[in-house]
Amino acid sequence: MVDSGSYELFDPVGVEPDFNPDPVAQMINVQKHFGHLHVLKDINLTVNRGEVVVVIGPSGSGKSTLCRTINRLEPIDSGQILIQGKLLPQEGRDLARLRADVGMVFQSFNLFAHMSILDNVTLGPRKARKVPKAKAEAEALALLDRVGIKDQAKKLPAQLSGGQQQRAAIARALAMHPVLMLFDEPTSALDPEMINEVLDVMVSLAKEGMTMIVVTHEMGFARRAADRVVFMSDGLILEEGSPEAFFTTPQTDRAKDFLAKILHH
Amino acid sequence: MDYLSRYWAFMAKYNVLNAFWVNISLTLAAGALALILGTIAVTMRISPVSSLRLASTFYVNVFRDIPLTVVMVIMASVVWMQLNVSFSNDFHVDFYILAIIGLGIYHSSFIAEALRSGINTVPVGQAEAARGIGLTFLQSTRIVVLPQAFRGSIAPIGNTIIALIKNTTVASVTGVSNETSSTMQAAIEMGPQFIFLIFLTFALGYVIIVIPVGLLSTSLSRRLAVKR
Ligand SMILES: Nc1ncnc2c1ncn2[C@@H]1O[C@H](COP(=O)(O)OP(=O)(O)O)[C@@H](O)[C@H]1O
Ligand SMILES: [Mg+2]
Repeated sequence: MVDSGSYELFDPVGVEPDFNPDPVAQMINVQKHFGHLHVLKDINLTVNRGEVVVVIGPSGSGKSTLCRTINRLEPIDSGQILIQGKLLPQEGRDLARLRADVGMVFQSFNLFAHMSILDNVTLGPRKARKVPKAKAEAEALALLDRVGIKDQAKKLPAQLSGGQQQRAAIARALAMHPVLMLFDEPTSALDPEMINEVLDVMVSLAKEGMTMIVVTHEMGFARRAADRVVFMSDGLILEEGSPEAFFTTPQTDRAKDFLAKILHH
Repeated sequence: MDYLSRYWAFMAKYNVLNAFWVNISLTLAAGALALILGTIAVTMRISPVSSLRLASTFYVNVFRDIPLTVVMVIMASVVWMQLNVSFSNDFHVDFYILAIIGLGIYHSSFIAEALRSGINTVPVGQAEAARGIGLTFLQSTRIVVLPQAFRGSIAPIGNTIIALIKNTTVASVTGVSNETSSTMQAAIEMGPQFIFLIFLTFALGYVIIVIPVGLLSTSLSRRLAVKR
């Protein structure tokens, strides 16, 4: 844990999203094609401050694409995406500034392979936010401590286990004080014994009020941390509901099929 | 023995070491220029702006496809004589600078291609993660992509530098007269009886210069390889 007061991960949350909606991310009628393939079909999704939304669905249903459109790693064909009420900017400095506010954690970690873990975490604050080196390093060490890998700070990514790398990647995203964190199957590339160390970090983030969109098939995480589960299939959002409702009484046949498959896995 | 000592006496008239130094200095200056231009060209090549990509593709293909001799002739006869581009009052200095520019531009196309192959070894996720933390395209390229691309393309860059070392002899085309090939030619004209030894001397000089470069590039490419 961070020393109290010395470092705040993100803005404190004082509002109950259900009663006082404060949308951090909004997707309105979003359409996206890859060539002839229609990957996002009229997506409407609002994520309020402090909310944790788990996106679940079969492989190829467009979950990664949905995540990637939110910080515009993929452009969309039509519709609107708003972050804190502001329309996503086009390429350029404005877009870079927006991406700095939205943390992204990838399935394959994507730590900068030629840099130490500490440099990975300080790069964004130093270059995108012009935070002085000493301050950025102090904050980075606090974050690495928080995710339990402070003693790995001087190592290169390849010297860490997958679980440690993913925790470093989470620290790297948190260092930007994001208003929203996107996780795209953060534990799918991990050996089973490392999954929990990453999920634990995510759960604690969720409990502290971080706004999160998490693509994952980890039902344990969804039940522990999610406010809402969104079920996607073939580019459509087919169901949306509380984790309990979705896992116990899915409405659509596709969701039932899908749940049967991952449960018997 | 007598033959050899007569050869030494003959060669004393030619400043062979200085000739090699001219080629080495051309290599250093043109190599630096080629690295800078090649890096700019490859950055344009991967940029999100399509006109820059097009310009880079055009530049690289033109200078990779034109023979070096033609580039050097253009530098001397078009740029210097026709366009009157001049850098100083001393035409020797002009020839030298024009040779550096010609060599630098020509080899930058090969550096750009070497770097592009290096960029292909960098997973796209690296650039995406860089953009994801709010870096601009140029920041992400300079800090994340190119350093890894350089480490992945040291071997082909080394080959380009070795080619450059030997290609500096073409500088005689732009009128750089005291470098190895013109010195060798002058020596052969004056002492045709030594032709074999003259060749051997200059060939050996190049071998001595090139071998360490090759060894260095091999060991660097191994030591600096990015571990994933
Ligand atoms: N860059 C791309 N180019 C072309 N097709 C893509 C690209 N990325 C994803 N797709 C396709 O879009 C569909 C949705 O992919 P994705 O969003 O990765 O699904 P998920 O994350 O749910 O598995 C898949 O059919 C996939 O093959
Ligand atoms: Mg995916």
